[in-house]
Amino acid sequence: MSIEKLNIDKTQFRAVVIGGSAGSFQVITKILAEINPKFDLPIFMALHRLKHVRNGFIEALALKSNKVIIEPDDKESIKRGIVYLAPANYHMNIELGNKFALSTEEMVNNSRPAIDLTFDTASYVYKNKIIGIMLSGANKDGALGMKKLKERGGFTIVQDPAECTIDTMTRAAISSTKIDLILKSQEIIKFLNNLV
Amino acid sequence: MAVEDLEINEIRALCQTVQEKYNYDFSNYAISSLKRRILRIMEIFKISSAAILNDKLRTDSLFFKQFINELTVNVTEMYRDPSLWRDLRDKILPNLFSTHNNIKIWHAGCSSGEEVYSMAILLKENGWLDKAKIYATDIDESILSKAKEGKYSLKNMIEVNEKNYIRYGGTKKLEDYYKVENGIAKMDASLVSQVTYRTHDLVKSGVFNKFDIILCRNVLIYFNQQLQNDVFKMFHESLFNYSYFIIGSKETLIWSEIATKFITVNQEEKIFKKVKE
Repeated sequence: MSIEKLNIDKTQFRAVVIGGSAGSFQVITKILAEINPKFDLPIFMALHRLKHVRNGFIEALALKSNKVIIEPDDKESIKRGIVYLAPANYHMNIELGNKFALSTEEMVNNSRPAIDLTFDTASYVYKNKIIGIMLSGANKDGALGMKKLKERGGFTIVQDPAECTIDTMTRAAISSTKIDLILKSQEIIKFLNNLV
Repeated sequence: MAVEDLEINEIRALCQTVQEKYNYDFSNYAISSLKRRILRIMEIFKISSAAILNDKLRTDSLFFKQFINELTVNVTEMYRDPSLWRDLRDKILPNLFSTHNNIKIWHAGCSSGEEVYSMAILLKENGWLDKAKIYATDIDESILSKAKEGKYSLKNMIEVNEKNYIRYGGTKKLEDYYKVENGIAKMDASLVSQVTYRTHDLVKSGVFNKFDIILCRNVLIYFNQQLQNDVFKMFHESLFNYSYFIIGSKETLIWSEIATKFITVNQEEKIFKKVKE
């Protein structure tokens, strides 16, 4: 698999958004460990997490990471090359004007942060310049967000359900919209590194 | 058929109608959540286009009340971020009461009032309830009447509030402060008998009193930076010197005009102290 064969312009992208839940932690740590340190698109990660545990997640993800990982404050500016993690008990929205906007609205799909909201708002801002990646998880959160991302011209990738610890989320994403690539985690890393 | 999306100019047109007809200004709200709230309203009231919503707002002022109620976010918890409430109990309030006999507290954007009860219970358990005057305000009149009633879903009370209260480390059980009536938890009214509830629009109403503590947690996140800056200035004016300002755990003052007039007391809990007029 190479990005050239896909016939997409690898300079067109401005951001990556990743959704994950149960079973995605190992995949995420692997991506962060093996991604090229020069990868310079911002990466937005909406991962389901315990609402009352504010600390520790970033530290755990950062252990082997090549990238700087931040839980953004409300209205923080988006910077290139940084990995952003949705904070505990907040939805993480992407706001016009290159900023984050956090929210404590109702849970969506029983989740706050909800993957749907980060995908929806990110694709509203980035249109066809965003890559959406859905990883392992146990509910259908993210499927609607993935559909909107696709409708707005974004590029969709789903982790191969056969490889997922729990495949509910990836299967829901696959049935909600056209998925451009279904990849094993190693191929997702390769795909991202190909963009550098 | 639900409306899937709104254009920026449709959102602007709605804001303009609301401004002209009702004198509320939503034009500086954060777009990402404002758009979602409006779409949600259209789904609830089965309104199929922004133009129809606009007409309805123009002609139906009763509908506007429901619109405000659904537009504003009314999701809150008792003792959200228990560590903040411990810090208030163990440091901030003892510090204030060491020099003050009485204090004034403002819960700005109090929504359905859960934080007001959190504060009242904290004060009561530490013998301070009659030494604190609480003001609780919100833009939405109907959510304020809900706050006054103090009735909450029992499920939420047990699954969210009780758990937070235990993490906070209160001296009793949360259930000691409410009665269950038909599956609803009715809070002990004596807790809030001294609370003044009033409508207040952070965007337009301005300063109305001076306070020793202002809590405005996860309210300004729905505003854009420019509006946040204006409201921060209004809060600064509403605080006595050496008094406390508390925002949500992922909110920040750092880039605002009044940032240099505060010192950080607790960065983790976002507790700031005004040190300059």
